This record gives sequence, C-alpha cells and structure tokens, in this order.
Amino acid sequence: MIQGWTLAGWIQIALFCAIVLALVKPLGLYMTRVFTGARTPLSPLLRPVECGLYRLAGIDERHEQHWLTYAGAMLVFHAAGFVLLYGILRLQAVLPLNPADQGAVAPDLAFNTAVSFVTNTNWQNYGGESTLSYLSQMLGLTHQNFLSAATGIALAVALIRGFSRASSRTVGSFWVDLTRCTLYVLLPLCIAYTLFLVWQGVPQTLAPYAEATTLEGGQQTIALGPVASQVAIKMLGTNGGGFFNANAAHPFENPTAWSNLVQMVSIFALGAALTNVFGRMVGDERQGWAILAAMGVLFLAGVAITYAAEGAGNPLLNALGLQGGNLEGKELRFGIPGSALFAVVTTAASCGAVNAMHDAFTALGGLIPLVNMQLGEIIVGGVGAGLYGMLVFVVVAIFVAGLMVGRTPEYLGKKIEAREVKMAMLAILCLPLMMLGFTALATVLPAGLSGPANAGPHGFSEILYGFTSAAANNGSAFAGLSGNTPFYNLTLGAGMLVGRFFVIIPALAIAGSLAAKKTVPASAGTFPTHGGLFVGLLVGVILIVGGLTFFPSLALGPIVEHLAGAAGQTFAAAGG
Amino acid sequence: MAQTQNTSLLSAALIGPALLGAVTKLDPRQMVKNPVMFVVEVVAAFTTLLFLRDLVTGGQDLGFTGQIILWLWFTVLFANFAEAVAEGRGKAQAESLRRTRTETTAKRLAGAAAAPGGPLTAYETVPGDGLKVGDVVLVEAGDVIPSDGEVIEGIASVNEAAITGESAPVIRESGGDRSAVTGGTQVLSDWIRVRITAAAGSTFIDRMIALVEGAARQKTPNEIALNILLAGLTIVFVFAVGSIPSFASYAGGAIPLAVLVALFVTLIPTTIGALLSAIGIAGMDRLVRFNVLAMSGRAVEAAGDVDTLLLDKTGTITLGNRQATEFRPVRGVTPATLADAAQLASLADETPEGRSIVVLAKEAHGIRARDMARDMGSLAATFVPFTAQSRMSGIDIDGSSIRKGAVEAVIASLESAPALVGVGAAARVLQPRLDPAAAAEVRAIAEEIAKAGGTPLAVARDGKLLGVVHLKDIVKGGIAERFAELRRMGIRTVMITGDNPMTAAAIAAEAGVDDFLAQATPEDKLALIRREQAQGKLVAMCGDGTNDAPALAQADVGVAMNTGTVAAREAGNMVDLDSDPTKLIEIVEIGKQLLMTRGALTTFSIANDVAKYFAIIPAMFVGLYPQLQALNVMGLASPQSAILSAIIFNALIIVALIPLALRGVSYRAVGAAALLRRNLLIYGLGGILVPFAGIKLIDLAVSALHLA
Repeated sequence: MIQGWTLAGWIQIALFCAIVLALVKPLGLYMTRVFTGARTPLSPLLRPVECGLYRLAGIDERHEQHWLTYAGAMLVFHAAGFVLLYGILRLQAVLPLNPADQGAVAPDLAFNTAVSFVTNTNWQNYGGESTLSYLSQMLGLTHQNFLSAATGIALAVALIRGFSRASSRTVGSFWVDLTRCTLYVLLPLCIAYTLFLVWQGVPQTLAPYAEATTLEGGQQTIALGPVASQVAIKMLGTNGGGFFNANAAHPFENPTAWSNLVQMVSIFALGAALTNVFGRMVGDERQGWAILAAMGVLFLAGVAITYAAEGAGNPLLNALGLQGGNLEGKELRFGIPGSALFAVVTTAASCGAVNAMHDAFTALGGLIPLVNMQLGEIIVGGVGAGLYGMLVFVVVAIFVAGLMVGRTPEYLGKKIEAREVKMAMLAILCLPLMMLGFTALATVLPAGLSGPANAGPHGFSEILYGFTSAAANNGSAFAGLSGNTPFYNLTLGAGMLVGRFFVIIPALAIAGSLAAKKTVPASAGTFPTHGGLFVGLLVGVILIVGGLTFFPSLALGPIVEHLAGAAGQTFAAAGG
Repeated sequence: MAQTQNTSLLSAALIGPALLGAVTKLDPRQMVKNPVMFVVEVVAAFTTLLFLRDLVTGGQDLGFTGQIILWLWFTVLFANFAEAVAEGRGKAQAESLRRTRTETTAKRLAGAAAAPGGPLTAYETVPGDGLKVGDVVLVEAGDVIPSDGEVIEGIASVNEAAITGESAPVIRESGGDRSAVTGGTQVLSDWIRVRITAAAGSTFIDRMIALVEGAARQKTPNEIALNILLAGLTIVFVFAVGSIPSFASYAGGAIPLAVLVALFVTLIPTTIGALLSAIGIAGMDRLVRFNVLAMSGRAVEAAGDVDTLLLDKTGTITLGNRQATEFRPVRGVTPATLADAAQLASLADETPEGRSIVVLAKEAHGIRARDMARDMGSLAATFVPFTAQSRMSGIDIDGSSIRKGAVEAVIASLESAPALVGVGAAARVLQPRLDPAAAAEVRAIAEEIAKAGGTPLAVARDGKLLGVVHLKDIVKGGIAERFAELRRMGIRTVMITGDNPMTAAAIAAEAGVDDFLAQATPEDKLALIRREQAQGKLVAMCGDGTNDAPALAQADVGVAMNTGTVAAREAGNMVDLDSDPTKLIEIVEIGKQLLMTRGALTTFSIANDVAKYFAIIPAMFVGLYPQLQALNVMGLASPQSAILSAIIFNALIIVALIPLALRGVSYRAVGAAALLRRNLLIYGLGGILVPFAGIKLIDLAVSALHLA
C-alpha cells in the first residue's frame, strides 16, 4: 500500500461511499416524486401548507414557464434576496436578537457576504461569532442557505426537464420548484438532521454567549447560538458558511467522528441523488448511474491522492526525522483520513465547509481541492449546480466525440446543435475568466499582493484558491489569504456572481432549447451513453478541457511547491 | 466527367495549384471564415511585426523567435493547402464539365408552333443562352439540348454522357417519369419538343459545376456548431495563456512573447480547425465520384443521421421484372399441357414477364418456342393484346383460343357471354364451359402463390381453365445482407410497393426489410414520412416520378433519379446521375463517414494538447522554477528545442492528416458502441500518445541540426 494510506483510513472512506450510494436510490425516488408533482408520504401533512403558500403568493401551480421567464423569476428572486440580506447585515445593530451587540457590517463586507450567500458560495470574509448577530445568522444566512440550495436543485430539475420533454415550450415553474424543494426536501431532512446534531453536542440556543472562568482564573467568552439548525442546512444545501469562523473544525459545529461522517454524507447526499432523479425522469436510470460513475472516478482519484499526500506528510519534516503524516491544521478527532476525505468532499461538492485548514495541507493535498473547484465542481457538486455543471460537460463531450459514431451528436435523443454548444461554451468560459483573470490581476496589483500570508508558490496558491473558490461558488478558503479588504471583497464578489449566474442562465437556455426539440428514438446506431465507454470519455473530456486550462497556474502553484518541497527547498524570502 | 476513375489523393497535377491556393487564401477576408486559423494568422502577423522591429533595434534570441514565426506561418499555410487540395479535386471535375458546355443554338418555336402538335418547321434560331423559362424549343437528331427542360411532345434517344459519364443513350419522352432533359446533352435520334425550365446560368450543369467547385459551399449546421466549440476552446486558451505573464511576474520573471504565442497556437485546436473545411469538401467530392450530386452539405450530413430508409420494391429490392418460376395445372391437366398453352399465349408478349414464360416452358418442359413467322402464316394465329379493360392477353391459333391474365379477369370472362374465337371463316362460337370446381382450384392455387409473394396468372384454353403460372418477384442477390448491415447501423428499412399486403409481406420477409407499405399511393408515402418525422426520425427516400415530388421534398434526404421528371429533380436534395436506387445505402455510408472523420479529427486535435503542455510548460517556467524540469517527461533537449518541437509538430500533423481528411475514416456497420470504442481508442488515446512520440522525435532532429 502507498505510504500514508492505512486500512482503517480506507475503511472510513469506503463506509462513506457506501452510505452515499445507499441513499441515491431512495432519495432519488422521493425527489422525483416531489418534482413531478406525484404524491409523497409527506403530502398529507405538507400539501395544505404548499397550497396555502401558492394562494398567499397568487401562484397558479399549473402554470409553467418558458425558460426565459423561469430565468427572470430566478433573477428577480435573487435580487430581492440580496437586498434583504444586505439590509439585515447593515442594520443588524438596531435589529433584535443581537445579544453580543454586534455593530453594523461594513458595506464592502456586507456586499461580499450577501453575494456569497445568495450565490450558494458562502465565502467567509467575516468571522461569524465576532461579526454577526443571531438575527443575521438565522434570518439572513440560514434563510439564504435554504433558498440558494433550493434554487440550485430547481435549476437542475428544469434542465432535466429539458432532456425528458419533447416539443415543449416550458421547463416548469420556478416558484413551484422552489417551494416544493424547500418544503418537501430540505425542511424535513434538516429538522431530523438538526436533532441529530443537537444529540451529538452541537448548541442550539438563543441565549447570549457564555462567560467562563478558566483554571488560571481568566475570563473567557464562549460563543454559542442557534448553531445546529444552521449547520444542518449548510451541509445538506452545500452552502458551507459556518456559524463560527473555524467552520466545521470548531468543536461546537462538528463535535464527534460521527457528526463528521454524517456531515460529509449530507454534503453529497442530495447531489448524488439528483443523478438518480435525472435517470428516472429521462426514463433510464442507467443514464443517471453513468453520470454518477464519472463523478465517482474523479472523486476517488482525488481522495486517493490527497489522502496519500497528507498521510505521507511534509518531506521537509520527514527529512528531519519526524515520522507520520501531516497533522498541521487538522483536528485530531478527525485524523488524517477524516480530514483528507472532508477536504475532497467539500471542494468536490461546492460546499466549502472545512474541518481542517486547507492552507496547511501538503502541496499535493491542497492541489486536489483546487482542481476539484477548477473543474467547476461537477464531482457530485453543489446541490443541483453539480448536475447542471456536469450536464454542460456532457454536452461538450458528446459534441466532441459523438460524431465518431457517424451521426450528428445527440444525447438522450436530443440533437446537440449550435445553440447548445454555444451555451455550454459560455458556461465553461466564465470559470477560467474569473479564476485566472482575477488571479492575474491580484498577482500584479499591490492591493492583491497584500492578501497572501506566504511568499512564493504557496502565496500564489492562496490567491488562486481564493478566486477559484469564489467563482466555483465553493466558499472554502486557503486560510492564509486575508480577504476582508475592499479589493478582495469586491473582486471575489464579482467572481461569485459571474460563476453562479453565467452558468445558470446558459444552462437554462440549454434546457429551453432541448425541451423544444423532438426526441429521436434510440437505435443500434445511437451513441451509447450508459456504459463504461461513455464514463471514460466524459472523464477524459473533463480533465482535458476543464483541467488543462489550469495547468500553467497549477504548475506555478502547488506543483512547483511540491517539487521544491521534495527537493528540500523552501520559499522564505518575502515577496517571492 | 471521369468520376468513376479514382484520382489518387495527392496527384502532382493537384499539388501545384494547391500550393498557389495556400498563399492566395492568406487574404484575411477569406481567413476570417475559419476562426481558429484566422486567430493563428493574426498572431503570426503580429509577432512578425514585433520581430521586424527587433531586427532593427536588436533583440535577444532572434534566430529562435524567427523560427517560431516561420512555423506559425507554416501552420496557416498548411491549413490553406489542405483546403486548396480538397477544392482542387472538385475544380478538376468542374473543368471537364465546363468543356462539355459548348455554345449552343436553339430552335425556338413561338405561338401555335409551341403547342404540342403544332408545326415543326416554323422555328427561329436563337443563341442557347438567350432562352427564357417557358420558351419552347425543337430539338432534333444531332442537336445539343440548349437548356434544362421538360419534353412536352415526342420521344428521342439522348446521350447524357456529359453529366453521367455513361455513353449508352437513354430514352426521353413526354408524359411519364422520363420527361426531364438536361442542357448540354445531345439528342441522337428522333425529335422532341421541349419546354425550357431553367434560365441560362442556372441549369443543372451550371449547378453541378458550382457544387463540385465548392463555390456554392455553405457551412453546414454541424460545422457551424463545431466552429462555435473551436472558437470557445480558443477563448479558453486565451485566458489560460493570457494570465501567464502576470503569474510569471509574481514568480519574479518574464516569458518571451514568442514562447507565449507558441504555447497558445499549439493549444488551440488548429488541427481540426485547419482540416474542417477540407473534410466537408472531400465528403461532397466522394458523393460526386459516386455519381451523386448533393445540393447542399446539409443533405450529406442528414444522410449520416438517417433513421428510416424508404425503398421502392421494384428495381431496388427486387429485380425490375417478375419472372415465371412454376406452372401449376389444375387436376386433370398435365404440366406440359399448361406450359404449352402458356407459351403459345406469350409468344407475342414482349413484356419481360411474357418472355420469362416462354423461357420457362422451354427450360422446364422442353417445349421449343415456335417459329413465329411460320406459325403466324401457316396457323393463322391472331394475337390478342393486353388491355386495361380485359386485363388479359392471348392468342387465337389453330382454331383454339388461349387467354392468360389476372385470375379473376380470366374467370370472369369465362363466366360471361360465349366468346367468339377464331378468325374469318374459321370463326365459331364456343359455349362457356366454366367448371366451378376448376375455378375453385385455380383460386386456391392463386391464393397460395400470392401468399408466397408471387403473382398468379391464370391460363385458359377454349373456355377451360388449365392452371396458373407462378410469376415471382426476384429479390436481388445480397440485398438481405445489406439490410442486415443497415440494421446494425441502426437504420430501419421500409419497403414501398403497389402490391397487395399479402404479396408485400412475403417479399418483405424474403428481402429482410423491417417494415413495408403495401398498395402505397403517393399520399401514403408522404403520410409515412410525416409520421416517422413526427417521432423525431430522419427519413431518406428516392424517387423519380412527379407524384414522388411531395415525398421527396418532405424527406430529409430525397434522392431524385436523374432519369426522373423535372419536378422530382427539383424536389430532392440529391440527384443520382446513374438513377440507381440502391445507392441510398452508400449515400448513408458516405454521410456517416463524413461525420466520423470530423469527430475523429476533433477528438485527436483536443487530445494532442496533453503532450504539448508537457513539452512547453516546463520549458517555459524552468527559468523561474528549476524544479519544474521534473515535468519534462519527454526528456526534451533544451527549453528552446522543446518549444520549437511542439510548434513544428503542431504544423506537420496538419499535413500528415490531409490524406485522412480527404479519404475519410473508414466506416463499418458494427453498431455505435463498437465503432465508438474503436475510434476512441485510435483517435482519443492515440491523440494523447502520438504527440509524445512525435515531439520527442522532432526534438531529436532539432537538436541534431542545432536549430535550437
């Protein structure tokens, strides 16, 4: 076995994978019923509430929308959500539920935070317990955690409808999808999940911070709050914004090995199950499994590398006779496998919660989270976002290789033509533009260069990681970067907005255009998209089109750091 | 046109003009149609300008920069060369077509003379290119038909070698499905009155010339989509390469512009960008070599996508004519007696069916065909020709009357009034002696034959039913295998026939088609096409008659036979000059081959990027971080030789792939999954591995020659 791997570690990883896989079918079936409007076990309880909400809002649930109307509804809803959140953050000092007397959040930080939560990024340029009131956390952040997650799922479902429908003008109703997702999927799961977390020791209180006297007689303030309810949706909705600054490394957010396992599972659960929803709605579950398999291949490769790198430890320290893996920045209650796996899961899935400091990972250990995000977080991905991001790559992969069976490219009976390719390329282009463009800007401007805490390639990685995380709507940070400056607040905010909406809108356009097409029945001459061959092709296209774009930046960051470290060199000189 | 003769892919005669074409195509107004190569040209021009400035003001590494620039220009020129070669092959064909288009004069008929039956002498002689649509001309033996038209009166044999390459004359006549004539072809015998249907400059030959020259070439929908993808990838690499100077400056260094340009040009999909239009032109060209003219590239693409193939039974699935295969006498009649009577009845029958009865009687029963002249004279025989009313034909000979025809028609005639047989003094009235048992027996035999896909023909002598001749549709040899092949390609075949469902089912089963449409009218055909299309399927069909025109226009791929009517030729999006309906199958294969070639080279082009990164990235950054030498997995001699080798490989691979682009990736009907596996292995995996070897080899040469 490769140095650094242990059997116990791999058993943990295998257990995690087994639980996620076991959840795919039941959750997929349940969500399919929710989004096709079929009856579910919760319907007797929730249906009256749902109908009441539609009546209140004046929505006709049978009225479906054209993709442009759908996109318009989504944008208006998000703009309103942004204004509300920005207002709460700016006004929190005068609003109730502020026992710690937090002042108003600065305008640039409020902008960054509001954008961050509306876009499902949850980048934290703030420290939760030192900046935000309980009201901001609950009404502002938790509220957006639910709705940005529901939006992601709604959009994925709209895109699925594009594939499953034929000759249709509409892709569903944004309002109905949003309501159903929140009511039937997110809320029930979060209620059960919150109770589990409270049992594991996560606080759930509106009481003010506790004052304690330490053994030395000093006074200590222990931050508390309605933590469990926020953590539940932060994980399940792949939001990732922690209640505390230390996020899931904080003992009150993630107290035990069990809570760690369940949190990781909950990050992947809905995203993985959506592949099954996809399969069911297009009438062939194998199509969903094929997509999940492509995600799985990339995921396991990432876990294997990160785990090996972290397990092997820092070569510079090893050279000094220090044996064992790299435990710097990790919580001992999770250990190396629990931290490495969490890092890969959270970056694969656009969650961004962290239970260890990625900045303190070895160069290769930190490379994988970076690559996961640069690929566009399509490995399971953010709830909904992962699936539609992956389907965008499917469109490109099918278009590149589909011709090789002697037919114009088609996927699930839908011809992939100029319009779909244009939209897919638009979605793919916006990520490197934001990630590389802003990094290029930050590495030459003094305002950018003041951000990283380290010199040399590692400092470069910190900047690159920041913009990558923002544009990919991940929200995790290579902790070294001091991002709470006007420059970073604004550029990261812009990255998040473009990374979210310039993927969503092209994806919706694809949905609209596909829904309007006829479905060509499959034949022996049709490109098969449910087997290993397709999985291999998809992985290859993702790595070449998605990955190679970032090869120069990776070479100058983590790769050179790794090679130098292996050769015993460091980059101590300030300014690189 | 010597289309059957297969010119070698890169004959010397083509290379000269193509080299010239490669240079003239550098015109930016032409280059801009190909976004990827246009970007390369712009970048090459820009770096050349900077290079010239550096030459004057003095700069570093001028030799190295100069070589990179040289190869950038080669990349553009090679792409243009590929296109010029592909066009050149079409141009050669267009030239030979032009030679056939000689100056003609026309005999224009005006006024009353223009109407059918009008006087043929009142014509005025006008230049052929002065004719307008609707003019009527007289074309006599030896005249060249001045323009495309429709025969409104007369019949003539026409030499159409100018367009088909086939020197055997064909018959053109008014009415029916063989009324279209093509300008530039020559009438060999008789005369025809022709209404002109195409103005000068837009005749069939003019369109052919434009098509094979590629002048009328427009990008197909798939090409447009592919260009968008390639442009998108180019932009992605603008970001990837454009951000490098900042990154390098962070690392405390700078990257020379020539190196950045080299990385950029090697990463963008130049291989497919360079060969894309050549692939399209070559696809059309392959069809032309096959004597099929596609009116647009879109039609060729659609051919690859066809899901359902509508094939006419007669001439496509079966040999054109039915043949007698068996004599089935009723009880009490010997086969020889029936054969003898049937042969006599068919002596004067010049139809292929009639002749086959004579032949079968001779072969199966040793009954020699009578000497017609002697019989006619000495036996006082009278032939009764087939009419649509009687649906019978026969002979009155030697005092007896023999009839053959459709079973019900023969029986009905026997049931009706007494027949008068014989001629002149020998004429006598026969009492009808229809035996109900014999009639029942004949009907039973007839049904049996029909069920087996045959056509029954009853034979009676002197009012007495003798038996039935079994006429059979002969399914073409090897056609069942072709349909099995199509099935493996995922294409459904539907046989169209005017036969009754029972007969159709039997032939469909024998030929192995997937479905059939019996007793089909043109409306039925159109309805079938619409039904298939409503399910999202693409339909191909061929036809020749005017009544096929709506279906030809509705089908996604409509192949009109060259022998067909003007209406059919206008409605289809392809014309088969040989008028061979079986060709639909090859047309589909050529369409698939075109799409596969495009996909294979796109995949190859993108897969190449992996090796290029491993050549250039370490070379580019090794000055900043010596540790990155570890990424130089190919062990390239020096940073400069690595960069030079990558850009040389990138240019040379275009030339190396020209033959493949022109010839096309070979298509095998093995099903999509097997095809994909094979092509992914060759062009995907091969595309990743080949450049590693190629760049290494070029690097060895470059360092041996001390170029870098």
